[in-house]
Amino acid sequence: MLKIGKSEWEAIRRHGEETYPHECCGVLLGHAEDEVRVVTSTARCGNTRTDSPQNRYNIDPRELVRIQRQGRERGEDIVGFYHSHPDHPPRWSPTDLAEAHWIGCSYVITSVDKGVAQITNSFLLSGSEESDKRLVDEPVEVVEAAARAESPARS
Amino acid sequence: MKIHIPTPLRQYADKKDTVDVPAKTVGEALSGLVSKHPDLKRHLYNDDGKLRAFVNVYLNDEDIRYLQKEATPVKDADNISIVPSIAGGKQIGT
Repeated sequence: MLKIGKSEWEAIRRHGEETYPHECCGVLLGHAEDEVRVVTSTARCGNTRTDSPQNRYNIDPRELVRIQRQGRERGEDIVGFYHSHPDHPPRWSPTDLAEAHWIGCSYVITSVDKGVAQITNSFLLSGSEESDKRLVDEPVEVVEAAARAESPARS
Repeated sequence: MKIHIPTPLRQYADKKDTVDVPAKTVGEALSGLVSKHPDLKRHLYNDDGKLRAFVNVYLNDEDIRYLQKEATPVKDADNISIVPSIAGGKQIGT
């Protein structure tokens, strides 16, 4: 399950509208409480797939290293990622699955039709390794404000 | 030196987010990591013993592919980050 603050939820949907007709992408930061990934902040990323931004996205790993470091300083971990599907359903594509490698993280997809964000879904990348990974629908709870972890994310 | 472990791989590293290893090169650091936590090996390396294509290894803020790869020298104060790639997209049509 994904638990996310209202402002973070709105921010990722707005990002998809701003980059339309291109796909947006970004990182979800927070902490895990058993099987619930709690999102307490988001980080926008540039889409490096400038050759095909209308149907592909890629986050520069260097940007991810920076986001991970800044998150760590706030006691936040990477718990998932988001991107948009311009004029396309908010379901994961074969490309989304093939290129998803963060098992145990959430992959959030927003459909953006004619520049307006429509449905946002979340999928958990489940499995134990590359050969058995799968994206599974997961419920989303949008809360007024998600609380940060009380102690640093992990030792 | 410190190796930062991404969230999906921590379950194979005693749930640690960083692992300290003594090393003179990136390759030594990764070998030290895998010796301490053998279950990480199959997630980082393919059957040919090469780093998996989607596994990015950064020394501080630099991709080791653009340095001297696993032969890149390291210092005690350096940080290595293991960063699986993030990509995808609807792909079909336009």
